[in-house]
Amino acid sequence: MSQGRTLTFNIFRYDPQEPGDKPKMVKYQLEEAPGMTVFIALNMLREKQDPSLQFDFVCRAGICGSCAMVINGYPTLACRTLTSKYPKGEITLMPLPGFELIGDLSVNTGKFMRELAERLKLWLHPKTDEIDIHRIEAPMAPEEAAKLYELERCVECGVCVSACATKQMRDTFVGAVGMMKIARFELDSRDARSVEDFYHVIGNQDGVFGCMTLLGCQDNCPKDLPHMQQIAYLRRKMATALV
Amino acid sequence: MKLIYTDSLVVGAGLAGLRVAIASKERGLDTLVLSLIPAKRSHSAAAQGGMQASLGNTVKGMGDDEDVHFQDTVKGSDWGCDQEVARMFAHCAPKAVRELANWGVPWTRVTKGPRDVVVNAQKVTIEEAEEAHGLINARDFGGTKKWRTCYTADGTGHSLLYAVDNKAISMDIPVHERIEALALIHDGSRCHGVVARCLITGELRAYIGKSTTIATGGYGRIYEVSTNAIICEGIGQALALETGVAKLGNMEAVQFHPTAIVPVGILTTEGCRGDGGLLRDKDGHRFMPDYEPEKKELASRDVVSRRMTEHIRKGKGVDSPYGPHLWLDITLLGRKHVETNLREVKEICENFLGIDPAKDWIPVRPTQHYSMGGIRTDATGQSPQLKGLFSVGEAACWDMHGFNRLGGNSLAETVVGGMIIGKYVADFCEQNTLEIDTALVDKFVTQVGSEIDDLLEGQGSESAFDIKREMQRIMMDYVGIFRNGPELQKAVEQLQALLLRSRNIGLSCKKRHANPELVEALRVKRMLKVALTVACGAEARNESRGAHAREDFPQRNDKDWLNRTLSSWPNHDATLPELDYEQLDVMKMELPPGYRGYGINNAIAHPDTEKRELQITEILSGLGEDADRYERQRAIMPFDVPPSLKERNERLHDKQLKSSQQLGDKS
Repeated sequence: MSQGRTLTFNIFRYDPQEPGDKPKMVKYQLEEAPGMTVFIALNMLREKQDPSLQFDFVCRAGICGSCAMVINGYPTLACRTLTSKYPKGEITLMPLPGFELIGDLSVNTGKFMRELAERLKLWLHPKTDEIDIHRIEAPMAPEEAAKLYELERCVECGVCVSACATKQMRDTFVGAVGMMKIARFELDSRDARSVEDFYHVIGNQDGVFGCMTLLGCQDNCPKDLPHMQQIAYLRRKMATALV
Repeated sequence: MKLIYTDSLVVGAGLAGLRVAIASKERGLDTLVLSLIPAKRSHSAAAQGGMQASLGNTVKGMGDDEDVHFQDTVKGSDWGCDQEVARMFAHCAPKAVRELANWGVPWTRVTKGPRDVVVNAQKVTIEEAEEAHGLINARDFGGTKKWRTCYTADGTGHSLLYAVDNKAISMDIPVHERIEALALIHDGSRCHGVVARCLITGELRAYIGKSTTIATGGYGRIYEVSTNAIICEGIGQALALETGVAKLGNMEAVQFHPTAIVPVGILTTEGCRGDGGLLRDKDGHRFMPDYEPEKKELASRDVVSRRMTEHIRKGKGVDSPYGPHLWLDITLLGRKHVETNLREVKEICENFLGIDPAKDWIPVRPTQHYSMGGIRTDATGQSPQLKGLFSVGEAACWDMHGFNRLGGNSLAETVVGGMIIGKYVADFCEQNTLEIDTALVDKFVTQVGSEIDDLLEGQGSESAFDIKREMQRIMMDYVGIFRNGPELQKAVEQLQALLLRSRNIGLSCKKRHANPELVEALRVKRMLKVALTVACGAEARNESRGAHAREDFPQRNDKDWLNRTLSSWPNHDATLPELDYEQLDVMKMELPPGYRGYGINNAIAHPDTEKRELQITEILSGLGEDADRYERQRAIMPFDVPPSLKERNERLHDKQLKSSQQLGDKS
């Protein structure tokens, strides 16, 4: 591990609420410490050099998805990005594109995800409301449960959305995150919706047929979710659903 | 001044807060949730291992029921908990797990037939029953008699939070994100809502509710190294404290988790040890059997954390630039197990340590993890001092954890507590009217407004960041795993000095909107008061109980200390909280204080213990032989839950009993 290097951070700065403020890149320098992550570095910069610097972290452990940003050109989670990964010691930080900018590196992914959930109705629609919580639960195939969990590991970080060319060109495109969630509920035997129901939501250019298969979602997903496989699966389902 | 009103106001959008909001909305009440962050980013998402509920589906959980869960919880609490609450909790936990399945949680399920597991470093094969196939599975956790921890791989909190938030979205419950509550609006006897600040625009708003529920999580970030998310700063507790009326309970009860990675303090789940992982020292020696031959790595968290610290103090730790640590070895579980059931752990090891835990040992040491203390509530979740103020989850001292929480009982508390207390919150909203005294509201908004003005326009010279770091160091150094009088006194003095310094904080960023430095300044002033309740409570408590371990008072002293510490801050300008105590009544306990099962039994008995034991024997012998376990329990310690949750929990075991009885009847 490199120690005692001086790191150079080029950070996007812009406060949309400040009248007259213009977007700019600002250079900061910092001595690297062993095990340093971008999370640690940004906090040190804020505490010692510029207390106005805006960025988001919550769990700082790669679990909550708050801290996605574009690091040296790639969208990823900043909390678990070690600075030692960059041999030149130059790190450029930009906010995720495709989301409302709050300021500097902070974007409003929460608002986006809630709206997406409301638009696509991303919750379990149970087959029956009359389930008795005092009785033994309905069994589920262990393999199904395991598969559902695999698809459910999305942390809504927004990386797939920001890495998607279709999404950048067409704002109404639901993006990989939306389709992954649809695939998760489509697979769930407890969900009452049929393929036809899902077709009405994503069987169009804003959904599965809009994807250009450029793989940005899958290449960058910090949870290694099988986005392309799921989009292909949904496409096949949709294409055969109404035959 | 913007005034927003609702019936049920909830501060905090983690599992506990959302579950209360759902309960209110189910009753047709207008419900509104405030959150610092998007709901799905709440710290609840970080819970890996699972949620305890006595379903008894697996072969290692056979015979489990509410009674066993209750006893484990009370023993785990070192008899510091409220036993009625522990009963309410144990009774409702299976219902909550089953409800969550109906909301979409993909609980890991039982597969019938033989299954290889690691128990006490040995590979053994267990046989799961045919009729359990597809039912909810459970893993082993520390301090429990049965395998009771329901889970989804090691992403249980994530799965639960997503299911519960999705449910809230489906019910159209609004969550106002990036909003920080800074004061409770109250008239000395009733709480009316909060003054909150928008973290984006800086706007101050008053949110008025019939009920106000604080569900803001724990106060781990008053410590330097914590497994908690960085938003777990105890602001919810501070809000209650700053009313001068509401009291906090058992703030000194702070749990350290044995296995956080070094140096950053990110948690690796107790599931690692539950699934068969071992602790090793610098010689590769498995040391826990030397200290706790019976429970070994699966002793209660407080016990394992202390044993690890003792072992490190003997020079058996592994040296590192960050101080000595020990090893967590999960290599014996095999790659497949690590990559499926412990994949979050694997990701954390890869990303933060650059190691592969399927073949390398993980550097770990005990780290601040859980706040047993919080806003003191009664069994319905309401503050006894401030009507209309409720609290639930880690923010509260509802008090089912006493002085030490069992692994898997916190995730359970969030949803079980939310389920129960949510109904009481809804009752309260139905039985009370909304009271809006705009002069009172104005007073509180003005107070917070001038606090902000003073910070932005004042000439203060202290740095909020420096003060926070200093506070965190003091807590770590002097109010840690092992405590003693002189160090605690030092902590109290130094924290008091810091509190005085915090009145002179100056800001270099003068923006009124989105200003991280202002946020830090507003928080650190509040956090210091919370830290002082912890340090003062710990200094005063001259005994060792659960996670509160006094080197100078190693005995658990039921005679003098079978009580709950209450702290309040009646004088706004004071630099110390006021402490008083609430006695636990042994004569009302179902399980009178006894031996917890670790080390030597050195407790100083309570004079009532023997009396109560005799009384219980009499009660039980008076019942006759036909009394079932429910009747026996009710005769010893009756407890109440909302009517819709009263029904008994069905289990495979009961069903089998019933069908064999029926067969018997026929023959």
